[in-house]
Amino acid sequence: MIPNPVTEESVAATPLPPQPAVTNPVGTAAPVPEVVDKPLNLGGHEFESRFILGSGRYDLNLIKATVEHAGTQIVTMALRRAQTTENSVLDYIPEGITLLPNTSGARNAEEAVRIARLAREVCHTDFVKVEIEHETKYLLPDNAETIRATEMLAKEGFVVMPYMFPDPIAARQLEEAGAAAVMPLGSLIGSNMGLRMRDFIRIIIDNANVPVIIDAGIGRPSQACDAMEMGADAVMAYTAVASAGNIPLMARAFKDAIAAGRAAYLAGLGKVTEGQAVPSSPTTGYLH
Amino acid sequence: MQVNGEQVTLDKAVSVADYLEQHGYRAERVAVELDGAIVPRDKRADVMLGDQSVMEIVQFVQGG
Repeated sequence: MIPNPVTEESVAATPLPPQPAVTNPVGTAAPVPEVVDKPLNLGGHEFESRFILGSGRYDLNLIKATVEHAGTQIVTMALRRAQTTENSVLDYIPEGITLLPNTSGARNAEEAVRIARLAREVCHTDFVKVEIEHETKYLLPDNAETIRATEMLAKEGFVVMPYMFPDPIAARQLEEAGAAAVMPLGSLIGSNMGLRMRDFIRIIIDNANVPVIIDAGIGRPSQACDAMEMGADAVMAYTAVASAGNIPLMARAFKDAIAAGRAAYLAGLGKVTEGQAVPSSPTTGYLH
Repeated sequence: MQVNGEQVTLDKAVSVADYLEQHGYRAERVAVELDGAIVPRDKRADVMLGDQSVMEIVQFVQGG
């Protein structure tokens, strides 16, 4: 298990804290059922946090506080031509954080493989988020090329986490190609539009044998919570945090929402009775 | 030669490691690709740049 040096409090994965004793009239404590969550497993690496965070678009000096407030253990970044005058984002990432390079800028599988190899050369990580896009208006991922890249990179020993359009058939093909997780988009990347693809993401979750991480478009903590309640294994956010008024505080809000959604999923949501009330008080003994 | 898409003229033959140092790159923070192949860190001092070389020097930036 990879330790999280940032925070002792975990997101959803740690056992629930001791509950206050509930006493019944004769004075014995009623037991509170406890659900112990499993860690998030990505290619054999285990994580307590279920929140993956993008590394910025804001002041580099805010990264550490944001990572700490998020309780995150995985931070994404991009690879670009080096400028000698530029500060390195790596200088601002706290120790012990797993780096997740993305292949943004890649337009096909070969370019994604090239970027992944270069990223591995920089930071010696086997993790890679495959991201293949052709245009800048919608930035939709090319599932066919992503499947091809996933297969090539998995064969080279990478822990491949593909960003994908939420097509359940493609999700299955990515699994077969060796993906360690699938990362379907909730809505357009950077849009803060939320979980617009929820019905298809639900199908992916119901049929996945690898973790399903909702990536892109999650704009509010409530939407992250919603995704976790549905059974998503983790959420990735970037713009929602980066565009907030108080960035570290929004990171904390996402952390709490993801933990709440995970706990609700583990607890098991109650049944929905569409258009039909169910009395919550006795229907006998009325005073009339 | 070409470095990150720009034409560069070398005064004398230098290794990849020399080039990085002379131009202020942080060696531990970058990856180098020469003519389409990655130059591993431990080979940078041995690989010499030529007039026709095409080199890419990349690093991590903030991103999602």
